[in-house]
Amino acid sequence: MSEKSYRDAIREAMMEEMDRDPNVLIMGEDIGVYEGTFRITAGMLKKYGGKRVIDTPIAEAGMVGTAVGMAMLGLRPIVEMMTMNFAIVAADQILNHAAKVRYFSGGQVDVPVVIRGPQGAGVQLSAQHSQTFESFYAHFPGIKVVAPATPADAKGLLKTSIRGRDPVIFLESAALYGMKGEVPDDPNFTVPFGVSRIAREGSDVTIVSYSRMLQMSLIAAEKLSQDEGIECEVIDLRTLRPLDLEPAYASVTKTHRCVVVQEQWKPFGAAAEIAASITETVFDELDAPVARVTGEDVPMPYARNLELLATPHEQHVIAAVKKVMYNHG
Amino acid sequence: MAKTKEQASATIDPAAACAPEWTEILRQMILIRRFEEATEREFRKGKIGGYLHVYSGQEAVASGIITALTKGDILFTGYRDHAHALALGSEPRRVMAELFGKSTGVSKGKGGSMHLFDVEHGFYGGYGIVGGHLTLAAGAAYALRYQQTERVAVCYFGDGAMNIGSFHEAMNMAGLWGKDGMCPILFIIENNGYAMGTSVERHSALTDLAQRVRAYNIQTEKVDGQDVFAVRGVADRVVRQMRETGKPYCIEAITYRFSGHGAADILQPYRSKDEVEEHRHRDPIGILRNRLGEICGLTDGDVKSIEEWATSEVAAAVQFAEESAPPEAEELWRDIVAEHGPARENE
Repeated sequence: MSEKSYRDAIREAMMEEMDRDPNVLIMGEDIGVYEGTFRITAGMLKKYGGKRVIDTPIAEAGMVGTAVGMAMLGLRPIVEMMTMNFAIVAADQILNHAAKVRYFSGGQVDVPVVIRGPQGAGVQLSAQHSQTFESFYAHFPGIKVVAPATPADAKGLLKTSIRGRDPVIFLESAALYGMKGEVPDDPNFTVPFGVSRIAREGSDVTIVSYSRMLQMSLIAAEKLSQDEGIECEVIDLRTLRPLDLEPAYASVTKTHRCVVVQEQWKPFGAAAEIAASITETVFDELDAPVARVTGEDVPMPYARNLELLATPHEQHVIAAVKKVMYNHG
Repeated sequence: MAKTKEQASATIDPAAACAPEWTEILRQMILIRRFEEATEREFRKGKIGGYLHVYSGQEAVASGIITALTKGDILFTGYRDHAHALALGSEPRRVMAELFGKSTGVSKGKGGSMHLFDVEHGFYGGYGIVGGHLTLAAGAAYALRYQQTERVAVCYFGDGAMNIGSFHEAMNMAGLWGKDGMCPILFIIENNGYAMGTSVERHSALTDLAQRVRAYNIQTEKVDGQDVFAVRGVADRVVRQMRETGKPYCIEAITYRFSGHGAADILQPYRSKDEVEEHRHRDPIGILRNRLGEICGLTDGDVKSIEEWATSEVAAAVQFAEESAPPEAEELWRDIVAEHGPARENE
C-alpha cells in the first residue's frame, strides 16, 4: 500500500496496463504534447510515443468512433474525454455503435473501449461543464458504467475496465482528483465490476451512494454519529452498470431505513432506480419510504452562491437521515 | 449517366479482359441481382421484416472493388449491405436466413438486413445510422497498421452520408493519420444520385463530391460505377498503393439504384419513370455481359446457364431461410455484453 491521489491512481492504472499489453493505447484532446487538461496523462507521450498516445482533433464522434473500430480489431483503446460533458457529442458512437455492435453482429466482436474523463460540479464552470451522466449511460444495455469514490477503486476499476471485453463509461469525479488514499502496489490489483462495498458500518440508517457523493455521505455519517448518535451504514456502489444492490438490501434488512444520494437532477436519476429496486425487493423491511438526496432540478448557474445551492451538501444528507428516522422508537 | 472527363475509363486488353475471373465477376453480379429480386419478393410476402434496401443497379461498385481485395482485408458499409456480404463470400443462404430473422443467419437473426456481419469473411458490418460507421472504419484501418500488417480497410457510404458530422471527423482523422502511413482505408462513395429521395443537387452545396474529400488531404478519383472493368481497374491500382503507403484513398463511383430507397419507397416522387428507364440502359450487368460477348465470345447460352445457376442458388437460399429455425428465446439475452448480462424482467 502507498498513499496516492485519485489522479495518480488513474494515471498509474493506465501506464501499468500499457506496460502490460501493447494493444492498450490512449487517445484524446491535448493528452500528449499538452499532457492533459487535468494532467492525468503527464509523461505518457514521452514514454509510449505518438502511435500509442494519440493527440486527436477536437472531434468527439471521431475519437470514440475510431476507438470503437480499433477495439473491434483487437486493440484496447482508452479515450480520454476532456470532460464527460463533451462525450454527448459522441452519443451516436457510444450508444448506437459501441453499445450495439456485439448484439447485432450476433456476438462476433468484442468492443473493449474505455471512455473516461471527469464529470460533475467543479467551481463556477456553469451549465455546459458541470453535469453528471451516470443515469444517462446506465440506462442503455451494452455498456458498463463505473463511478469510483476512492483512489484505490479508481485504479482497480480502471484496470478491470481496460482488461475487459466491453465498452466502459468510466466516470471520474473532477472534485476528487486531488483526494488521497491508500492504493495497493501490486500491478495485478484489480477491483471487479458489480461488487458494491460497505464503506462504513452502522445499524440505524443505510446510505447508498457512489463517486463524490459517497465521500460526502461518509462525512455526513461521521457528523450524525458524533452529534446525534445515529450510526449510518454507507454503501459504495462503485459500478452503476452492472449494479450490485445485494449489500444495500442486506443493510436495509438490518437498518430498515434508507437514503440514496446522487449529485444531480432527481427526475429519472440513479437514485430513483436504486430507491425503486430497494422498495421492490425489501419493502417489508422498510420502516420509512426511501429518501433521495439530489441536486436541484436546474442547469448549473455560474454565480458561486447559486452554484452552491444547486448541489447537495452534508446537511442535506443529515436532514434526509433524520427524516427517515422520524418514527424511530 | 454520361461519363465526365474526370471519370476513369477502362482500357481493354483482350487477354486480361477475357481472363476467367471476369466470368466469375459476372456470375457474382448476376447472383447479387437475383438475390435482391428475391428479397423484394419475400418482403412483399411478409417473410422479411423491418427495412429492406436493395442494391440492384449498383453491383459493379461492390464487385469491382471487393474482388480486388484479398483475405484479411476488412469492410464496413451502411445498411444497403447485401451485395457486400455476398461479394466478400458470405453464403447466400446465411445472408437470406438473416433477412428472414433465423438462427442460421450471419448475425444469428439479431441484426437483420441492415446489420449483416461476417467477420470470418472480413465483413465488419452493415450499419443503420447514416455516416456513423465511417469513424469505426477509420479506426479499424489504424488498428491494421498498428498491428503491422499490410491489410486494408474498405468503407462504403452513400452520397447522403457526406453531410453529417461523423463523415467530416472520419475524413479528417484518416487524412491526418495517413500522413504517418497509419490509415490504409479505401473510402467508396456510392454516389447513386440520391440521399433517400433528396438529390445530390438538393443536399450538397458542392456537387463534386470527391472534391469535398480532397479537402481532407485524401487522394480521390471518380469512376463510372456502372462499368465493372473501370471500377476494378482503379481498385487494383489503389489497393496495391495503399498496402505500401498506409494512406487513405477515396473513389467516387457514379452509379444508380434501380429500386426505391427501401422496399416501402414505392411512389418515388423524387424521380421520374423515364429517368429510371434511361439508367436501365446502363445496367452494369448488361455492360459487362456485352463486353464479354463482344471481346471474349461469351454466348447467350453461357449467360443463360449463369442465370439458371444464380436462380437456383437463390431459390436454395430462400428455401434454407424458410426452413431454418428462428433464434431460441435464450438469444434475447445473449451477446449484449461479454460479462454481467442483464437480469430478466419477465420470466
